[in-house]
Amino acid sequence: MSPDLRSTYLGLQLKSPLIASASPLTGNLEMLRALEAAGAAAVVLPSLFEEQIEHDETTVDLVLERGAQSFGEALTYFPEMDDYNTGPESYVEHVAAAKKALSIPVIASINGVTPGGWIRYAELLQQAGADAIELNVYAVETDPYASAASVEDRTLRLVSKVHGALSVPLAVKVGPYYTAFANTASRLAESGAAGLVLFNRFLQPDLDLETMTVKPEMHLSGNEEMRLPLRWIAILRGRVPVSLAATSGVQSTDDVIKLLLAGADAVMLASALLRHGPELLRELTDGLSAWLAEREYTSVEQLKGSMSQESCGDPRAFERSHYVRAIVDYQMHGRGME
Amino acid sequence: MAARTTIDGNEAAAWVAYRASEVIAIYPITPASPMGELSDAWSAAGVPNAWGAVPQVIEMQSEGGAAGAVHGALQAGALATTFTSSQGLLLMLPNMFKIAGELTPAVIHVAARAIATHALSIFGDHSDVMAARSTGFALLCSSSVQEAQDFALVAHAATLEGRVPFLHFFDGFRTSHELNTVDRLDEDDLRALLDEALVTAHRSRSLSPDHPVLRGTAQNPDVFFQAREAANPYYDALPGIVQRQLDALAARTGRRYRLFDYTGAPDAERVIVMMGSGSTAAAEAVETLVAAGEKVGLLTVRLYRPFAADAFVAALPATVEKVAVLDRCKEPGSLGEPLFQDVITALAERGGAMPFVSGGRYGLASKEFTPAMAQAVLAGLADPEPRRRFTVGIVDDVSHLSLPVDPSLTTEPDDVVRAVFYGLGADGTVGANKNSIAIIGEHSGGHAQGYFFYDSKKSGSVTVSHLRFGPRPIGSSYLIESAGFVACHQFGLLEKIAVLDVAAEGATFLLNAPYGPDDVWEHLPAAVQEQIVAKRLRLFVVDATRVAQEAGMGRRVNTVLQTCFFALSGVLPLDEAILAIKEAIRRTYGKRGQVVLDRNEAAVDSALDGLAEVSVPEGVLSVAATVPVFESSDLVARTTATMLAGRGDTLPVSALPVDGTFPVGTAKLEKRSIAEEIPIWDPSICIDCAKCAIVCPHAAIRMKVFPSEALEGAPEGFVAKDWRDRHLPGMKMTIQVAPDDCTGCGICVDTCPAHAKEAVGHRSINLEPKRDHLEVERERFDFFLSIPEIDRTLIEPATVKGSQMLEPLFEFSGACEGCGETPYLKLLTQLLGDRMIVANATGCSSIYGGNLPTTPWTANRDGRGPAWSNSLFEDNAEFGLGMRLALDAQEKQARELAAGLAPDLAASLAAADGHTEAGIVEQRRLVAELRERIAPIGSPEARRLAVLADTLVRKSVWIVGGDGWAYDIGFGGLDHVLASGRNVNVLVLDTEVYSNTGGQASKATPRGAVAKFAAGGKQTGKKDLGLLATSYGNVYVAHIALGADNPQTVKALAEADAWNGPSLVIAYSHCIAHGIDMVKGMRQQKLAVDTGYWPLWRYDPGHAGPGEHPFQLDSRKAKLPLTDFTANEARFSMLRRSRPEEAERLGVLAQHDVDERQLVYEQLAEIEHEHDEPGDRVTTEEEP
Repeated sequence: MSPDLRSTYLGLQLKSPLIASASPLTGNLEMLRALEAAGAAAVVLPSLFEEQIEHDETTVDLVLERGAQSFGEALTYFPEMDDYNTGPESYVEHVAAAKKALSIPVIASINGVTPGGWIRYAELLQQAGADAIELNVYAVETDPYASAASVEDRTLRLVSKVHGALSVPLAVKVGPYYTAFANTASRLAESGAAGLVLFNRFLQPDLDLETMTVKPEMHLSGNEEMRLPLRWIAILRGRVPVSLAATSGVQSTDDVIKLLLAGADAVMLASALLRHGPELLRELTDGLSAWLAEREYTSVEQLKGSMSQESCGDPRAFERSHYVRAIVDYQMHGRGME
Repeated sequence: MAARTTIDGNEAAAWVAYRASEVIAIYPITPASPMGELSDAWSAAGVPNAWGAVPQVIEMQSEGGAAGAVHGALQAGALATTFTSSQGLLLMLPNMFKIAGELTPAVIHVAARAIATHALSIFGDHSDVMAARSTGFALLCSSSVQEAQDFALVAHAATLEGRVPFLHFFDGFRTSHELNTVDRLDEDDLRALLDEALVTAHRSRSLSPDHPVLRGTAQNPDVFFQAREAANPYYDALPGIVQRQLDALAARTGRRYRLFDYTGAPDAERVIVMMGSGSTAAAEAVETLVAAGEKVGLLTVRLYRPFAADAFVAALPATVEKVAVLDRCKEPGSLGEPLFQDVITALAERGGAMPFVSGGRYGLASKEFTPAMAQAVLAGLADPEPRRRFTVGIVDDVSHLSLPVDPSLTTEPDDVVRAVFYGLGADGTVGANKNSIAIIGEHSGGHAQGYFFYDSKKSGSVTVSHLRFGPRPIGSSYLIESAGFVACHQFGLLEKIAVLDVAAEGATFLLNAPYGPDDVWEHLPAAVQEQIVAKRLRLFVVDATRVAQEAGMGRRVNTVLQTCFFALSGVLPLDEAILAIKEAIRRTYGKRGQVVLDRNEAAVDSALDGLAEVSVPEGVLSVAATVPVFESSDLVARTTATMLAGRGDTLPVSALPVDGTFPVGTAKLEKRSIAEEIPIWDPSICIDCAKCAIVCPHAAIRMKVFPSEALEGAPEGFVAKDWRDRHLPGMKMTIQVAPDDCTGCGICVDTCPAHAKEAVGHRSINLEPKRDHLEVERERFDFFLSIPEIDRTLIEPATVKGSQMLEPLFEFSGACEGCGETPYLKLLTQLLGDRMIVANATGCSSIYGGNLPTTPWTANRDGRGPAWSNSLFEDNAEFGLGMRLALDAQEKQARELAAGLAPDLAASLAAADGHTEAGIVEQRRLVAELRERIAPIGSPEARRLAVLADTLVRKSVWIVGGDGWAYDIGFGGLDHVLASGRNVNVLVLDTEVYSNTGGQASKATPRGAVAKFAAGGKQTGKKDLGLLATSYGNVYVAHIALGADNPQTVKALAEADAWNGPSLVIAYSHCIAHGIDMVKGMRQQKLAVDTGYWPLWRYDPGHAGPGEHPFQLDSRKAKLPLTDFTANEARFSMLRRSRPEEAERLGVLAQHDVDERQLVYEQLAEIEHEHDEPGDRVTTEEEP
C-alpha cells in the first residue's frame, strides 16, 4: 500500500503537502489546471498588491484627467468608457475563475498598505471564493524613527483586524528579519493567524553600471535558501499552534522530505516550477511517496516534525552550535579550494 | 412627466439622431465632434436605436467622405445621419445637392460655426449653414438645448414625411456646449413621431437588385430643367409638414413651437427678426421693454428653408412699422445678408404698406449678443431715420455701421443665482462646475445652465465658468455680466484677469489663497482690494491648494472649492449638497477606483475646515479706471497688447488688419510664467551635449556658444563654461532657461545624460522651485538674449550640437506642457528658419502656431524668419505646392532678368551652393550687390528684378501637419504633391490621432489602441505612409523619432531640405492623447524605437545609383517586446482594462505587425540598385 500523502494546512485537507505558491504560473488559468493535474495539492494565487492598485487607479485618473476640460476643441482625450477596471476586479475575477476551474483549495494572497485596504481586499477575495487568505507582509521599513516594536505591533493589529473580518482561515507570510522571531510567530498566532508561511523573500535591487540606474530584479531562489525555513520550522513546530508552510529554495524530493521532517505542514514551490514546469510536482510527489515507502512510513503525518527541535534529541542543535559549525565548515572548505 | 436632466446641445441632438438612424458616418470637427463621439461610444456599447437595432457608426477620412457614405446608405435604403460644422459642412455640399435632388429623407445635424476667412474660428455663427442654403436641404434652427433635442426629432420625422432632407442646426458652443436643464424625450416619443410606414416607403424607393432602378443619371438640356422643377410640390408641402410634426410634438410633450414664433407686444411697432440662440437674449430684452410699455416684439425663425412667407407674414403683428433683421453671418458685397433679403421679399410680396426693414449683423464667431444689444437694435429702429444696415456688438470706427449700446439694461431676474468661476484647466474647475449644475438641476427641482469659456492655450489654460440657477427655464444665451457669487480658484489669476469686474454689488467672493483670513488682505492686488471695498463684497478665503494636496488630489482644487461654493451660496441645504457632491463624485470617478474616490471625498470632508470670512477694511477707496490707452498705432502695441490684457472685445474695427495679416514674434510678449518649477543649469558636470535644448518643446532651454568677450557686462553670477570643441577653440557656452516662458514640463531634465559623480540623481540640469530663481534667471535670460548669435558658417548646423547653437525661430508656443510635436518645428527653424516658408494644416500645430493673440513663429535680428500660413485642413499639401510653384516662377524670372542685366552676378549666383550656410551667405551678398547694381538702371526689367531678387536666395518650402491631415483628409492631395516631383518638404507630426479635436482615431492610429471613434480598440494596423511614398522612387522619405535618435532626426530634416525634389519626413510625436506621463515623452519615443514599434529609416533617392542602397534602416532590430512600449500608454492599457481578451488578441497581432515590418524593412535595406536610370529616378522637377 502506498503511503498516505495527505496533510492538513490551515485546516484545509490537502492531498499532499505540495503547494504551488504565488508566481506568474498561478496567475494563468491554464497553468493552474496544469499544476492541479501534475499534483499540486493547493495553489496560492499571485499577490494582489494594494500599492499597485493604488498606483494604477491614480495613474488612470491622472491620465484621463490630464488636459481634460481645458481646451474648447478637446474637452477630453479618451473615449467615454464605462466598463474598465483599475482596481481589484481583475484579480477578484481570477480568484473566482480559479475556484471554478480547480477542485483543490485556492488560496488568495494580498499585499496591503493601509489597514482599510487589507480588510477591503481580504473580504473581496473571500467573497470571490478563496478557501483561505494569505497575507503577504512585505514592507521594507526604511523609517529610522520607526522602532521594531511599533512595526511588529502594527502587523499584529492588522492580522487581528483581517482575521476578525474573515470567516476563512488566514495565513501570514513574513520575512525572516525579526529580532525574536519565535515570539513574533507566537504573537501572530495569538492575533489570529492559522498558519505561517516562511519566508518572504525581499526584492533586492541591483545597480546597473551602464545606465547608472537602480535595477529592480527578482532572481529565482536557490537551494541554499531553503535552510532558513528549514531551521525555523524546526524551531516553531509544536511550540506555536499554527500550520507551518515552507517556501524558498525547494528544488528536490530531498528538500521536501527535509522540510517535512522539520515539521512543515506544507511545502510551497515557485522558482523550481518556473524552472522546470508543473511536471516537477509529479516527480516530487512520486519521489516523496517512494521515499516513504522505502523507509516504511505509512503517512506524511507520521513523518511530519519528527526532526523538529521539539522531537530532536538535542534541541540546541538548531540553535547556536549549528551556526558555529557551518561557519567553520565553510572556512575549511574555502581553504581547501584554494 | 418627462424625465429632466442637464445635458448640452450636442448630446441633446445626438440622442435623437442616434436613435433615429441606422447608419452614422462621422468625422471630427469642433464643435460638432461630441455628437460623433457619443454615437460611436453608444454603438460600441450596443445601445439600440428606436427600432431595437444598433446603428452602424463609421469614421470617414473627411466630411466629404462622411457625406458620400451617408448618400450611399440612403440610396441603399437605410436611415442615415451625420454631424458636422463649418468647413466640414462645406465639404458635404456636393453630396447635399445630390441627396436633396433625389428627394431622399436624411438629416445632417450641424453645430453652426464660422467659416474660415481672414482667420479660422472655432466659434459659432451661421456662415456655414447659410452656405448650404442653395443645396435644397430644409434648414431648421434650434435656439436652445431643449430645442436641439426637440427639433432634432422634428427634423427626422418631417424628412420621412416630406422626403426633403433636413439640415438641423444650433449655435456652435453657445448651444452645442451649453449645459442646460432639459425635459427629455423618450423612446415612445420617437416611435410616435417617426412613422414606420414612412420608413417602409423610404426603403421601397431604395436601390436593390431585387427591384432595380436607375438613379444618378446624366441629363441633357432637353429634360434637366423640367426634372429640376418636378420636385417643387414637395418643397411647397414641407412647411405644413413641419408644423404638423411640431404640433405632434406639442401634443406629446406640451412644448409648443411654430415655424415663426412671435413674442412681445401684440400691437408692436418695432420688431426684431432673427434665429438661433441670440433670440433668447432678444426675447429677454423685449419682455423687459414691453413691461416698460414699449411696443416692441421679436419674431424667431425656426424653419428657415423652405421659407414659408405666408407663415412669416401671419406671425408678424399687423401693426409693425419697422423691422430689424439680424443675421449671424456676413456676405460681403451683397445687398444684405440672407435672412434680411428673405424678409424683404416676403414683405414686399405681401402687398400693402411696406414696413421699414433694416439688416444687421451680430454675433460673428460667438461674439456676445446680449439683451442690451437687442435693446440697441430696437432703439435704433425708433430713430426717425433708422440705419438701413448696421452691426451690433462691436465698435466700427471704419465703416461706422455699429449701433451704440447702453450696457446698463439688465434683464436678469433676482431669483436666478448667478455665479462665475475663474480657474485653470488643470485644476478641474470646469469638471466640478458641470457636476454642480447636474446636482442643482436634480436636487433643487429648478433649472440650471452652465457655459464655459476656454482660452486657446493647451498648457496653463484659463477657464471661466458661468453658472445660472433658477426656478424657470433659463434661456439667457450670453455670459453673466453681474454675478452674486464670484470664485477665483487660482490666486495667481488675480494679477492677470480682472476677476471682480463681473461681481455685483454685495456679492460673495471666494478666493483660493495660500494665506489665512488675517493676512490675505495685504497680499491682494490694489485693484482687487478697491473693487472689494467699492462693491462691498463679502470675501472668503480657503487654502484649497493645501487641502487638495493633503487629500492626495494634487493640483485639483475643484472638489474643495465646489464644497465651499455650496456652503456659501446656499442654493441647496449644505448637508444635502455634500451628499450630492459625493454622489456626483461616485458617478464621475467611480470607475477610477476606491483610491480616487477616497481622495475626492477626503477633499470634500476637509474643505470647509479652512474656509473663513475676511473682515474687509472700512472705507471706499477710489476704483482706478482700467481702460487701456494707446499712444502708438503699432499693431502689436495696440491690438496684440489689448488682446493679451483680455480686452480684445473693446478693440474697434480700425485696430484690426483688413486681411488677417499679423506680425510674427509675439509669443515672447506673453510671459505667462505658468511653471512651478524651472530647470536650473549646473555647468560643473555639463558635457556640452545640447540634448536639453534639442528636446525642449517650448524653446525655453537655450544654448549659446560665444567668445568670452561676449560676457562683458554680464549680470553678476551669469554662468558660462568652456566650450570643448577643437573647431571652435577658446569659446564659452551657456545653457539658459527662459524662466517666464518655461512650462516646467521637465523633459530637459529627464533627458539630461550628465549625472553628478557624488549623487546620481543630480544632473547637469535640475528642476527647482521657480520662486527661488525667477528674478535672477530673468536677468540672466535678458543678458543671454543680448549675446550675439554664432556665425552660422563656422559650424555644422546639421548636427545635434551645431543645430542647438542656432537661434530658434519658433518659441514659447501654447502647446501642451511637454508637447512631442514642437521640438521638431523648433529644430527646423534652427536649421532653416531664415529662409523657410511654411504651409500648416489645420490642427494642433495651426492652433499653437497661429491662434491669436500671439504666435510662436518669430524672426531673427535681420528680420528674417519663417513665413507661415494656414489654409485649410484638407488642402495643405496643395497649398504648400502652390508656394513652391510661386517661388519657382519668380525665381525663374529673376534668373532670366539677372542674366540680362548682370550676367556676371547671375553666373555667380548660380554657382553659389545654396545647400551650405556659406553658400546662402554668398547668395545674399550677391543679391545685395545685384540690387545695388541695377538700382540706377531704372528700366522696367530692373524694377521687376529688384522686386524678385530675393527669390534667388535658396528657399525651403515646408508643408507641416498632423496625421489626421496626412493620412486621412489630405492624403489624396499629399499623394499628388509627392508625385509632382517638385521641391517641397513635408513634415508629418504624427501623434497617431486627431489630437486637436480630442484624440479621434486616424489611419495612423495603431492596432489595439483605444481612441475616440475606436472606443473598442483600433482593429486595423497603421498605414505605412512612408513606404507608400517610397514607391515613387524620387521622394526622399524619413521616419524619425527625436527622443530615440537626435542625430538621425537632425540629419533627416537637413537631407529632406537638401533633396531637390519632394521629401516626406514622418516624425513620431508623443502626445497627451497617448495617456502617458508627459515628462517621459522622449523616453517613450526611445521605447517605441527599441521595441520596433517605430523603426527609424531613410529612403534617399540620391543614393539610388549603381551599387547603392537607397533604403537605410537606422534603428536596430527590436530588442524588447512591444508590450514594453504599450504598457506605459493608456491608449493601449485602457483596452486591457476594459476588454482584456480583445487587448490580448490585438496585442498579438500588433507584435506580428512589428515583426513582419522589421522583416520587410531588412529586405528593403538589402536592395541594391544595379542600373542607373537617369531622368527616371531623380526628380522630375524642371532643371534650373
